Amino acid sequence: MTPSTDIAPPEAARAVSPAPPGGRARTRHVSSWAGLWFVLPFTVLFAVFLVWPMLAGLWTSFTDRSLGRAGSSFVGLANWSEMLGDPAVWQSLWVTLLFTLISTPPLVLIALGMALLTHRVSRLGWFLRFSFFAPFLLPVAVVTLIWTWLYQPGFGMVNGALQAVGLPEVNWLTDKDTVLVAIAITTVWWTVGFNFLLYLAALQGIPAYVYEAAALDGVNPWQRFRHITLPLLHRTTALIVTLQLVASLKLFDQAYLMTAGAGGPDYAARPIIGYIFDSGFTGLRIGYASAISYLLFAVIVVVSLVQFRLFSGKGKSA
Amino acid sequence: MSAPTATLRPSRGATEGSRPRPRITAGGAMVTVSALVLAVVWLIPLVWAVLTSLKPEGETTAVPIRWLPLEPTLEAYRLVLARGDLQRWLVNSTVISTVVTVLTLMVCVLAAYAFSKTRFPGRRALFALFLAGILVPPQVLIVPLFDEMTFLGLVDTYWGVALPQVVAPVMVFILKRFFDAIPRDYEEAARLDGAGHPRILWSVVLPMSGPILAAVAIFTFVQSWNNFLWPFIAATDPALMTVPVGLGSVQGAYGIQYAQNMAAAVLGALPLLVVFLLFQRQVVRGVTDAGLK
Repeated sequence: MTPSTDIAPPEAARAVSPAPPGGRARTRHVSSWAGLWFVLPFTVLFAVFLVWPMLAGLWTSFTDRSLGRAGSSFVGLANWSEMLGDPAVWQSLWVTLLFTLISTPPLVLIALGMALLTHRVSRLGWFLRFSFFAPFLLPVAVVTLIWTWLYQPGFGMVNGALQAVGLPEVNWLTDKDTVLVAIAITTVWWTVGFNFLLYLAALQGIPAYVYEAAALDGVNPWQRFRHITLPLLHRTTALIVTLQLVASLKLFDQAYLMTAGAGGPDYAARPIIGYIFDSGFTGLRIGYASAISYLLFAVIVVVSLVQFRLFSGKGKSA
Repeated sequence: MSAPTATLRPSRGATEGSRPRPRITAGGAMVTVSALVLAVVWLIPLVWAVLTSLKPEGETTAVPIRWLPLEPTLEAYRLVLARGDLQRWLVNSTVISTVVTVLTLMVCVLAAYAFSKTRFPGRRALFALFLAGILVPPQVLIVPLFDEMTFLGLVDTYWGVALPQVVAPVMVFILKRFFDAIPRDYEEAARLDGAGHPRILWSVVLPMSGPILAAVAIFTFVQSWNNFLWPFIAATDPALMTVPVGLGSVQGAYGIQYAQNMAAAVLGALPLLVVFLLFQRQVVRGVTDAGLK
């Protein structure tokens, strides 16, 4: 998750209000060791379960370490150069990027549409929130059980619907041209509710008087959306796109389960984390898998930073 | 069906009079209808799963598709529950998610308090390090983390599954921002009364932080409950599987028993859906509060 310091917590604002002004500068904290005790438990866990594996992974990537035997020896850049020449690395990275490209636009646009509709409808709000958001609360295996069943050739519902309108049947999960699309559709259904809630919260934060002023000026609904709502949602959109890109780059769970761990035909649905998993836990080569992990980490950091630059730049000019 | 008159949100009731809007508009009706259609479409997979789970196995593969079961039966549920796996996974998920949530709250609150209300040597550097930690996706750590867990002897233990999930620097960040907004006067008053840091945290800061604590707790619990990758790797023993991992293994194991698959899916989905229906308001706030930060 990326820190976005621009949104103030509403509770915080409330917590501030009862205070008399001017209390801020009155006291100065004295440096003491007391705080260290408070920060110690988290620091220990952070060191053991984040810093250590980060460093150990980097070290391991320079060794031929294997899960199959004890001990390992230093192999220098062998894993890294093998990785750069390994077509499976680039193919799985491409699967991840392709998935990100096809899943992100609908995950943002459909969420926006849902939020706009829900915001305008006053009754049945709980029903809309439930149906749009409930899938997000499902464990991934529930989602993939249901969708594998829906995509079933022959008697699955998706193909039943296609045939009902005279379209040919599609072997969604066993055709290498459709398997990633099928996984993307499932993912949109599953996770769009989170973005929907973020948009809905942002819409509800727009004060009514903004629209009232526009209504007095005789602005039509489309102009109101285009020139008032959308610009006011800019920050939320930036946040959602950032969170979504990073989330999509971490594709693994649903792709693994919907292809029964095999990555689909011709590995058409094996994302980069799938290849890390296969190299490390099936191939037992954790030195090599660590090197690929670092490649993915670099991609995610670059995408996050580019995103951050792009949107913070735009935010300033707006 | 609700009359399309109600296109104004109740929260804006006070300003209703000033808005020149006809009672029934074609636009308003269209919005309501499209919202309902979209909501129904979104529910179809869930409804279809429930209906399938109520069919006898022989009916599930009927062509053309029949929506309602001809002879509704709970047989699939009986068979799934008779195996006993699902109950164990539910217990495991409950234990692990509860441990993760309680520990996350404890260590993150303590750390956030230290960063917000105390000054100690190295404070800025440590906070910067934690902020950088937000950028590290847990997914890229699975391989070295598993290696480390093997070394520590924590593979196939509750602790091995739970502890790495507790490291959520973003929660420290969220809590610190909230604590920062609590005016100093409160802690100053408590300090004059002779309260130390533990007491200020417990009696001053925490009572004012209910909503954000709830948000962090709900968000952490949902994330942990639905976490797949790490529990999948860290718990190879079927006795330690969580709901997502266990149901993931079902995908192949029950074979083509579609009614049973769907019954297992429905039972696995139920706990969080029930919590959501009961506490919709809190869950929505928890997710947006923690997600927006």
